[in-house]
Amino acid sequence: MNKIDINNYKILEIKEIISETDSIKTFIFDWNMKELKIPKPGQFVMIWSFSKVVDEKPMSISFIDKVNNQIGVTVKNVGEFTNNLHNLNIGDRLGIRGPYGNGFKLKESDKDKTILAIGGGVGMAPIACFVEYAREKAAKVHVISASVTKSELLFEERLSKLGANIFTCTDDGTCGYEGFATHRTIDLLESNHYDMAVVCGPELMMEGTFNLLEDHEISAQFSMERYMKCAMGLCGQCCLDDAGWRVCVEGPVFSSEDLKKIKEFGKYHRDSSGSKKNF
Amino acid sequence: MLKTELCGIEFENPLILAAGIMGSTASSMNWILDSGAGGVVTKSFSKEANYGYKNPTMAEVEGGVINAIGLSSPGLDLFKEELKLVKREHENNPRIAIASIYGSTPEEFSYISKEIQGLVDMIELNVSCPHAMSGCGAAIGQDPNLTEKIVKIVKKSSSIPIIAKLTPNVTNINEIAIAAETGGADAITLINSLGPGMKINIETGVPILSNKFGGMSGPAIKPIALKCVWDVYETCNIPIIGVGGIRNYKDVVEFLYAGASAIQIGTGIMYEGVEIFSKIATGLKKFMIQNDFNSTCEMTGYSHND
Repeated sequence: MNKIDINNYKILEIKEIISETDSIKTFIFDWNMKELKIPKPGQFVMIWSFSKVVDEKPMSISFIDKVNNQIGVTVKNVGEFTNNLHNLNIGDRLGIRGPYGNGFKLKESDKDKTILAIGGGVGMAPIACFVEYAREKAAKVHVISASVTKSELLFEERLSKLGANIFTCTDDGTCGYEGFATHRTIDLLESNHYDMAVVCGPELMMEGTFNLLEDHEISAQFSMERYMKCAMGLCGQCCLDDAGWRVCVEGPVFSSEDLKKIKEFGKYHRDSSGSKKNF
Repeated sequence: MLKTELCGIEFENPLILAAGIMGSTASSMNWILDSGAGGVVTKSFSKEANYGYKNPTMAEVEGGVINAIGLSSPGLDLFKEELKLVKREHENNPRIAIASIYGSTPEEFSYISKEIQGLVDMIELNVSCPHAMSGCGAAIGQDPNLTEKIVKIVKKSSSIPIIAKLTPNVTNINEIAIAAETGGADAITLINSLGPGMKINIETGVPILSNKFGGMSGPAIKPIALKCVWDVYETCNIPIIGVGGIRNYKDVVEFLYAGASAIQIGTGIMYEGVEIFSKIATGLKKFMIQNDFNSTCEMTGYSHND
């Protein structure tokens, strides 16, 4: 395994903060691609907040800029930890270790394929990163970007610029299409052929799209999220039933074939004590 | 060839998953058993649910990691449901499940032990966690009287073998081992994580672990674990399970030679993956053939001159 010191923190200044929506911000850091491990789309880093609210959480990487040596994470304000991140300013520092896990796979031979990329809410973070990568390889990409309302949609402009076709949908219809990511998926599957799909979002949305993609026999990859502690494959906190696999090592991206062995997918996750919590 | 008998229980091999590593769910323990472990020790649990410490709970250091997870578990009732799902047999071969339990009073240990009879093959008493809440873990295992008392009361309430897992963080390991043996322990596991130790990030001046300190594990602690096994082998008559820094079959041979009857693997998984169990089994078998050993029990205590 090519570790290149991934378990030691880089203490990095926030170089840029982008307010993506009212509840979502992107934080950009310098990342020397020559000295550090180059992240792959779908991988995550552990973000350590060492002052005020002390805690550490996994975050999907949303930007990988190899030219300017920068990476970014896109964070939704959902609790104490993320609220603390949202209150940080440019120049404030965070500890970052990683990148960890397996990202989305795209073979060289996949470059002529048509890919459906589906992101729900802040789940667009790794999806956008993947779309950039796939467009570099000149694959044809259709993106479904879903959120509750138009102002919460992520990365529309960024992905349009790349030449991906964007299909938005919101729960309230303010973007012009009222419905969930699953509804958009059903529509697109009727009129298009896809060779593969990548998905990240709330688990029930992923479960819905999993079923649709299975029905259409489209091989897909899903980015999973679980409560994480060590991220070094030891503590067992993020292990999935029934396979036992660790989200931090074998995941966070799993193929549809793998997901069939993950019985808890769409059903429950575990809190930091290990108690099951239903979705 | 690798079949090992310990306290009357037959193991397919002497390689056991150590407590606290990938032992929070039946699924992960079954995966470890499928990967070739002869047995698994669960993550330590107690009567009540416990959320553990805030992150960071683990940090890599030279020669291993330090951790202060903080004994998180969903508590006895929910953990019993996990224990029921551990596959303790595969194609008629035994796969040994060992429950690691902790508590703050003898009564608590005794209560938990009664509740899990029938669900596991053995019980390992965690009287040695170096970063536990006050009154738990090493606070017990550093006191011979309390250790003896807890082992004794659990033995009374248990029909399955009781293992005492001891801390190396004492002046005299023999004193504690004798106390456990006197209390009626069927075996002793040596050692729990060392220290506790610390790591400070110098760019921020902040100790990395949220608990500030945590138990050290990994290859760096192996010589200390080995010496503890050596000492207790000379002092006590009950079998020893060696643990601390094992990464390959050579490490296992060392532990067996020092006096261990079986060994446990934890942090090694970070370096070698879950394949560590099958890799070591293969290496160990080869070593035994080359050195004319027919069973691992012939290797136990091999380096002692008596």
